Amino acid sequence: MIAPAKPDLVTVNIDGQEIAVPKGTNVIEAARLVNVDVPHYCYHPKLSVVGNCRMCLIEMGMPAVDPATKAPIMDPATGKQKINWIPRPQIGCGTNVSPGLHVKTTSPMVKDAREGVMEFLLINHPLDCPICDQAGECKLQEQATGYGRGYSRFVEQKNVKPKRTQLGPRVTLDDERCILCSRCIRFSKEIAKDDVLGFVDRGSYSTLTCYPGKKLENNYSLNTVDICPVGALTSTDFRFKMRVWFLKQTIAIDTESSVGANTVVWSREGTIYRITPRRNDEVNDTWLADSARVLYKAVKAVDRLAATETIEALVARAAALFQSAPGAIAVVGSGRSTVEEQFLTRHLATALKASAQLVSRVGQGDKLLISADRNPNVRGALVTGLIKTLPAQQLTDLATQIDAGKIKVVVAINEDLSVAGLTTAQLAKVSIVYLGAHANATSAAAKVVFPTLTVFEKSGAFVNQQFRIQKTLKAVPAAAGATDDLVVLAQLVVAAGGATLPAELAALWKAIAAEVPTLATMTFANLPENGLLLDATPFAALPFVEGETLHYKPAQPAVAAAIA
Amino acid sequence: MPAPEQHRIIFKHIDEPGYTNDIGCYLRNGGYEVLKKAVSRKPEELIEEVKKSGLRGRGGAGFPCGVKWGLVDRKSGKPIYLIVNADESEPGTFKDRYIMHQDPHQLIEGTMISCFANNVKQAYIYIRGEMPHGARILEKAIAEARAANFVGPNILGTGYSCEIFVHRGAGAYICGEETGLIESLEGKRANPRIKPPYFPAVLGLYQCPTIVNNVETLCHVKYIAEHGGAEYAKIGTPGNTGTRIFCVSGHVQRPGYYEFPAGTITMGQLLNDVCGGPLPGRKFKAVIPGGSSAKILRFGERFKGKRKVGTELVDYDWGVEDVPMDFDSLGMIGTMGGSGGVIVMDDTVNMVEALANINAFYSHESCGQCTPCREGSLWMKKITSRMVHGQARNEDAALLKSVADQIPGRTICAFGEACSWPTQSFIAKFGDEFKQYPETKKTAKPVDAVALV
Repeated sequence: MIAPAKPDLVTVNIDGQEIAVPKGTNVIEAARLVNVDVPHYCYHPKLSVVGNCRMCLIEMGMPAVDPATKAPIMDPATGKQKINWIPRPQIGCGTNVSPGLHVKTTSPMVKDAREGVMEFLLINHPLDCPICDQAGECKLQEQATGYGRGYSRFVEQKNVKPKRTQLGPRVTLDDERCILCSRCIRFSKEIAKDDVLGFVDRGSYSTLTCYPGKKLENNYSLNTVDICPVGALTSTDFRFKMRVWFLKQTIAIDTESSVGANTVVWSREGTIYRITPRRNDEVNDTWLADSARVLYKAVKAVDRLAATETIEALVARAAALFQSAPGAIAVVGSGRSTVEEQFLTRHLATALKASAQLVSRVGQGDKLLISADRNPNVRGALVTGLIKTLPAQQLTDLATQIDAGKIKVVVAINEDLSVAGLTTAQLAKVSIVYLGAHANATSAAAKVVFPTLTVFEKSGAFVNQQFRIQKTLKAVPAAAGATDDLVVLAQLVVAAGGATLPAELAALWKAIAAEVPTLATMTFANLPENGLLLDATPFAALPFVEGETLHYKPAQPAVAAAIA
Repeated sequence: MPAPEQHRIIFKHIDEPGYTNDIGCYLRNGGYEVLKKAVSRKPEELIEEVKKSGLRGRGGAGFPCGVKWGLVDRKSGKPIYLIVNADESEPGTFKDRYIMHQDPHQLIEGTMISCFANNVKQAYIYIRGEMPHGARILEKAIAEARAANFVGPNILGTGYSCEIFVHRGAGAYICGEETGLIESLEGKRANPRIKPPYFPAVLGLYQCPTIVNNVETLCHVKYIAEHGGAEYAKIGTPGNTGTRIFCVSGHVQRPGYYEFPAGTITMGQLLNDVCGGPLPGRKFKAVIPGGSSAKILRFGERFKGKRKVGTELVDYDWGVEDVPMDFDSLGMIGTMGGSGGVIVMDDTVNMVEALANINAFYSHESCGQCTPCREGSLWMKKITSRMVHGQARNEDAALLKSVADQIPGRTICAFGEACSWPTQSFIAKFGDEFKQYPETKKTAKPVDAVALV
């Protein structure tokens, strides 16, 4: 490992506390490090600084030096260097630290400035918090408690603006609530690279809108809702559905590609209401694709499988199939399964003396948070030893073997074999044991079907394209008639004549740590929320399909490296 | 003491009978001779002359031109741009318009000298959207100058090339703010930029070092190149060198534009002697000395303090009439020389109604980018409009002051000051009138009273 370059540190003084921070840090971020909150609306750590809300005004000073000799001027009263305080407040977001910078965030000048800005922001704001979706997570509401007047001096007519503009298929805008911070505009331009938003009209009548003929319909449009500090931009899906303070937050991973964007799943009483991004500066910053936010709809999908028999009966039928065809069994695992499930799948294949394979799923990467590999956990299968080489998109070998009569039983886990290239005739020729949450052609053709869980109903780990192992936690209870994949797999391993392995995560991880060298020192519990980078060197030679995405650059192709 | 004589150096040919705005007329009057000499000199010498002249920018802030040029980042390797700020929009100001309409070649010559001095290869004239006629005149004048090889490639055979483009604004006061102007010139909404880091001298147009100078300032540069900085500095008073053009409007007998050596004329001389005093039977009540954003002065108030004359501090005790019309003296008494737009109001004016008018302008022109100015300017406008057209309350004066106090010093650009200073000063100087306004309103207006917007 190469140690990261040590940044130049600059010592600053914030409300009397000295702290060394990297050069280029602004005052808001520096203050955060000493637990001083500088309120702000327009500033966002991942967007350019515009300094338009004026909420982060602070008092700032520099140590006094003699202009001629550059010698420090001392204050006889304190014995320290005198500070020349700038008479007017400065913005914390646009002010970068410099050596000796002094900042006051609690002085009367700062308090007065914040109260002034707060009052101005509220005079034309509708104050419809009781019916506003943002209530409970609204910055305006939060700061109003600290800097609001508590009553209004404004007796004039408030400005009237459009109340429910459809900016695109997923975002609804209430312009009266907008405080014109321009975060959404900057996000669209700088991150989504889809410059469709702008202000029209002037002054207090400025109105956020799409450019003529344009729509906010890119796959990242809902991030504008996340970063909107007020309730102006709302998710059309979530709008008026639930008060946010009733929702339970569970950390999770976006499973739609190998990027593994970090998420929070918001649920109440077994129902998921929304998915939002969770900040991880190494993976997804603070962003999340729109497509990742509807994945929860799989939990209550109409095609969910439900068992009509007990699990013991199902396992017994599967065991009978296994015994009927020794040496003629294939296992099709999944790149969408968790690391733990893949570990058990490997044991199952070993116990059945079967070959194990995965089905590759490749699409177009969007260079941001969706990579070309639409399987979230191919690298998990490599790490756990389920596979040695990268999977193919079609199960051509398996099809040939079925045609030749060499394979009689197929265990398919979460994979629709018809999509992977097997014909209806081939499916009819073999006995299929299927594990999955939703009905498909394979489950219809299967002799034994184990209804299992969606990712929101279980805990587990995924290894993303960076070889970062990240965990996802169970947000809602399992659907009726579905069994945890780990329980099913552990029992199938026994049915196949293998060892008894635990189906419970903590215990299973002891077995994983004992067997998988890369994961040797880990437990599920101590896996940090932002994930852990694994040693990727054993797999460096594999031709992974991913192109560049946010915080990920593919390794140089081996050929090119040799020429260089 | 009688008023001094006008000393017209910039307005020398304005309104001169027979003087036309084509290049032939300009050349007959010695035009482009200064440029011919200037391009044979070293650029550094020209910059030195401007520094020596003590020329202060005529756009409003009065920032020393030589210092502004000295701040330009010349080591970045990026091109340096010069922008002529012809977005003259401050209410009460109408000097640049006359230069562009009647003597455009003076501006072009001044611009080319400044470009040569600063090694600028590309200049833009950003002209106010409401001046289409001026834009056409400038286009024509530039074409003439290009044909005569004063603009364009290889100027006068020196190997130095420089182009000038005219860019028309779309009708927004904020485009006169230099960083707002730059944004607008780049094709964006004219939202002023935050400083730091976007100082035009370092990160201006297209993120390159940029000089933004007012139209009149560049004409002064031409005069300085002709006569030398030291000679120029002899006009006017120390610290306020050269001449100043005053655009007098409002309740005087002879409104118009007048050019005097800076600091040599007092407000009283200007209004009474030069402009003929108040209209018959009226009395001066108030005057705004530097464009509508400058703080208002009330006739009858006195200003006392000490000021520097040479190296000595001397006491002064001035009425409004006694104030010398220069940047520093006006600054000392709490207002500013600004753009030279002198707006005079007599005793027929109700100050609440006058402020309602000014507030309507500033709330309409706030770009809307940063909170205090955006919300504050409209709030003040709504209050004063309600006072005039609806119900006036006794507590409105205090509220207006409190709102205005929450704006200046907290905004991205100087518009925060521009929109709040009128309210602050009107309330400070005419507070009683605001408090009495609910009573005043009950009295019927004279039949010929002007309807308010």
